Amino acid sequence: MAEPAVAVMAHHEEEDHAHHGPEGWLKYLWSTDHKVIAMQYMFTGMFMALIGGFMAYVFRMQLAFPGINVPGFGMVSPGEYNALVTNHGTLMIFWVAMPVLLAAFGNYLIPLMVGADDMVFPKINRLSFQIFFLSTIVILASLVVEGGGFAGAWTAYPPLSANETYNLTPLGSTLWVVGVGLEFVAFLLGGINFITTLMNSRAPGMRAFDVPIVVWMIVVASILFMLSVGPLLAGAIMLIFDQTLGTGFFDPATGGDPILWQHLFWFFGHPEVYVVLLPAIGVVAEIITTFARKKLFGYRIVIFTIVATGVLSFFVWAHHQFIAGIDPRMANIFTVTTLLISVPIAEMCFVYIATLYGGSIRLTTPMLWALAFIAEFLIGGVTGIFLGAAGADIYFHDTYFVLAHFHYTFFPIAIIGTFAAFSYWFPKMFGKMMDERLGKWHFWLTIIPFNFIFIPLFVLGMGGQHRRIYNYAHFPELAIPWFQNMRIVATVSLLVMLAAQLIFFYNCYKSWRRGQKAPRNPWRANSLEWTTESPPPHGNWRPDELPVVYRGPYEYSVPDRDDDYWPQSEPDGRGAR
Amino acid sequence: MRPIATTRAATGIATGKLAVWWVLASEVVIFGGLLASYVMFRLGHPEWADAAALTNTKIGAFNTLVLLTSSLTAVLAHQAAERGNGRLAARYLYMTIGGAATFIGVKTYEWWYEISHGYTITSNGFWAFYYSAAGLHAFHVIAGAVIMAVVARDAARNLELHRVELIGIYWHFVDIVWIFLFPLLYIAK
Repeated sequence: MAEPAVAVMAHHEEEDHAHHGPEGWLKYLWSTDHKVIAMQYMFTGMFMALIGGFMAYVFRMQLAFPGINVPGFGMVSPGEYNALVTNHGTLMIFWVAMPVLLAAFGNYLIPLMVGADDMVFPKINRLSFQIFFLSTIVILASLVVEGGGFAGAWTAYPPLSANETYNLTPLGSTLWVVGVGLEFVAFLLGGINFITTLMNSRAPGMRAFDVPIVVWMIVVASILFMLSVGPLLAGAIMLIFDQTLGTGFFDPATGGDPILWQHLFWFFGHPEVYVVLLPAIGVVAEIITTFARKKLFGYRIVIFTIVATGVLSFFVWAHHQFIAGIDPRMANIFTVTTLLISVPIAEMCFVYIATLYGGSIRLTTPMLWALAFIAEFLIGGVTGIFLGAAGADIYFHDTYFVLAHFHYTFFPIAIIGTFAAFSYWFPKMFGKMMDERLGKWHFWLTIIPFNFIFIPLFVLGMGGQHRRIYNYAHFPELAIPWFQNMRIVATVSLLVMLAAQLIFFYNCYKSWRRGQKAPRNPWRANSLEWTTESPPPHGNWRPDELPVVYRGPYEYSVPDRDDDYWPQSEPDGRGAR
Repeated sequence: MRPIATTRAATGIATGKLAVWWVLASEVVIFGGLLASYVMFRLGHPEWADAAALTNTKIGAFNTLVLLTSSLTAVLAHQAAERGNGRLAARYLYMTIGGAATFIGVKTYEWWYEISHGYTITSNGFWAFYYSAAGLHAFHVIAGAVIMAVVARDAARNLELHRVELIGIYWHFVDIVWIFLFPLLYIAK
């Protein structure tokens, strides 16, 4: 999985400054350059996305056509089905959304956007990727060990996860916890680097409110992650002890409390939603300001809003546990906080729409992705209101409605957000322009099937279809032909969407090989990464050309200027700040 | 060679020190989650007091004293490093490592005694938390001592003297965690 990164970077390096240290491909394995580490994270994440997508293909085929011999996989046994859905969720969140959105784009963009030559701790950055890579090997190994992969859902609720006599995957479940735990350690190390780099290494003249929104978002997300993951890391150690030593933390049979795990998991799990949401929403801010040629509406308000969202996100976790036997008075409190948190998120959507209003909009591929993010995430957010209210959630809990809701949030975040960012910064990362025509085909052939996968699932959920069923034919009262047709629609749409990704890979390959050479600033954008070469050399700028900042990042269409953009580093004659 | 980024200090706080404080922030929530779980459990299980009564408060108190003293020598090492006296700083750091070794030695004896009397991590919920929390803390003591040995070796040659303060900050944190663990696991019977 490191191969593509090696190949791509090898191409760059020919033009770059001389490196010190090991030669050949080892150079890329041991590189401390933040751009190389970003590529390592990105290609590992994309590889894992292919595995996660393949898992979705296998279990959706089983749901639509029960008992089918799935091409490329074979018959799906009930145990395999459970392992597939469990690890699809685990991989897509911890090994796709996190490494690509947070780690890859965080690593790539933070030093470039704050005008630094690298992260403050390049070696810790490399260590972070190495631990992450180790976690990748562990989680992949957990799928193929004897007994099969862990099959107790990505939330790993005990007692199922705590005792091998219940889950029947003695090795798989322990490796699963170890892999997730290692991944957390990797992101803690990376997060410390991100936060410290933003705080300390900004270019001269760059004040807190001159920092592009996406950098703010990634750093706030890193802080949220750091402050929420600790209890779950402790919980992971306790769970490993339960599994391997037979301690009594979570398993009631040995005196434990399974609800405690739910609290530890969701105290992390809900802020985690915002950990991955914030980078995506930040990417969208960069793209819509660039392609609407307009200043971001309410820059400071957006920043205060993310901080408020972050604080509030620590007080909503029990809305995942409304039917777990928690005190109904507690459920009321968590209903109120959950509905409250929709206010700042809705506000961010309004801010973006206000930014678009009156702009001179260019519908490039990245802009299409960014607009789709707002539209699709809105559906995810609005359906969340139903689930946040305890009364409605008791009916919807564990139905396909929940599943469709969180895919309408996570798909825009992890897939739409990633494609938006990737197509926007592709010219900077690889020095070539992407093919717009192929990009738009890929966009439409991803977005339309996506809606046809999950809108039927909302309908299934409202009809009371339970989400953890391997074969509906086993449950005559649930096996309604019309609902089965809905499942077939969803599965066929998934096949179309997966096939459309071939366009994306072909576009990447074609643009990289034969694409038009990208200038420094192809989008005529303001932030600092566009002032250096595409792709940037080792050290990002020549040491004597490191940028100095004179203004904020969103000065588009300023009256009385010839250009409709005003780079952050362009002197205005009033001297440095 | 360090990147230019590492040498900048827009906040006015040295980058290394800033990072150590963020490391501590992430550690606080790890121990916080574990101890909050313990406290919630303990409130629901008054019978754990019987198990807690079996822990040896005197040995715990002795170890508390050892750790507090090792924090003192860490401060003296920082003071020496501030004056540019790397050899003296290294000597104080080695004394701190000695404190860590004493702490771990005493802990080993204590655990050996308890395990040989049949109180193991699977005995009941109290012992599960007792060994997990103290074990996680002991892991931090050992890791801190190893890093301190590296820092001390450099400091003796007057290299990277600013790191003496950084490892000291971490060491005080390890100390403070024990200040929470000692009453929770030993004194509260």
